[in-house]
Amino acid sequence: MAQRHSAAGAHDSHGTPGTHDSHDSHEAHGSLKSYVIGFLMSLVLTAIPLIVVLNHLLEGKAATLLLLGSAVLQFVVQLVYFMHLKEEGKPRYNLMVLILGLFIVLTIVAGSIWIMTYNKVA
Amino acid sequence: MADNRNAHAHEGHHDLEALRMMGFWIFLITDCILFGTLFATYVVLNGNTAGGPTVSELFEMPGVIAETFILLTSSFTSGLAVLSMNKGNRKGLIGWLIVTALLGASFISLEITEFVKLVHEGAAISTSAQWSAFYTLVGTHGLHVSVGLVWMIAIMIQLGRHGINSVTRRKVNIISLYWHFLDVVWIFVFTIVYLMGVM
Repeated sequence: MAQRHSAAGAHDSHGTPGTHDSHDSHEAHGSLKSYVIGFLMSLVLTAIPLIVVLNHLLEGKAATLLLLGSAVLQFVVQLVYFMHLKEEGKPRYNLMVLILGLFIVLTIVAGSIWIMTYNKVA
Repeated sequence: MADNRNAHAHEGHHDLEALRMMGFWIFLITDCILFGTLFATYVVLNGNTAGGPTVSELFEMPGVIAETFILLTSSFTSGLAVLSMNKGNRKGLIGWLIVTALLGASFISLEITEFVKLVHEGAAISTSAQWSAFYTLVGTHGLHVSVGLVWMIAIMIQLGRHGINSVTRRKVNIISLYWHFLDVVWIFVFTIVYLMGVM
C-alpha cells in the first residue's frame, strides 16, 4: 500500500521542472505555440468563407468549393494543432480508425446525395 | 527492487489509461458517422419546405456567427486547460475549464434563443422536411454540447477533490478531445447549413 502510494506520489510530481520532459513527449502533447497557431488559422479559415458569403463575392460552384474547402482545411488544422494527430506514436491506430470513419461518412453522404438526385420529382 | 516493481505497475496503469483514450477516440469516430448520416439527411431534404418558410428567409446570421466564434474560442481554451494540466497547475486547469464551460453555456443559450425565435416565426420541427432535418442535425449537436457541459462540471468537481492524477489526467484529455470534436462538427454545420443556406 505504502509502495503504491509513493508511486502515485511520484507520478503526481511530474509537473516539477526537469522531470516532465521525457513524460511530456510520451503522453501529454501540445504546446502553447501549437494551440495559438491552430486558433489563429481556424479564425482565418472561418472568416474567409464568411466574408465571401456575406458580400456575395462568389457564386454557384466556386462558392460551394471555397466553403467546403475552408471547412475541410479547418478540420485538418484542428486535427493537427488541437488534437495532435501527427504526434501519435506507431502503430497509428487513431489515424487508421479516423480514415475508416471518414470513408464510411463519405460513402453515406455521397451515396445518399447521388441516389436521391435521381429521385427528385422534376 | 521496490522501485522496479513500482515502475512496472505504473507502466501497466499508464497503458490502461492510454487504451481508454483510444477507446474514446473510437467512440468519437462512431459519433462522426452519426453526424455524417444526419448531414446526408439534411442535404437530401434541403429545399423541401412544403410551401412553408425557407431557411434563407429565417436564418439570422449575427447570432450564428457569434455562436461560431464562441465555440471556436472555447475549443482553444479547453486546449489551454490541458496545457495547464501538463504543467501541474491545478488552478489554471480548473480556471480554463470554467472559461470553456461558460463559453459553451453561452453557445447553448444563443442556440436555444435561435430555436425559440424560429418556432415563433412558423418553422417548427413538424413544419416541413427541411426543418425536421434542420432541428435534428443542429439539435443533436446542441445536445452533445449540453452533455459535454455537465460532464465538464463533473470533472471539475473530481479535480477539486482528487487533484491531478493519472485518472483525472485522462479524463481531462478526453473531455478536451470531445470538445475539439464538437467544434469540428460545428464548422460543418456552420458551413453546410448556415452559409450555404443563405448563399
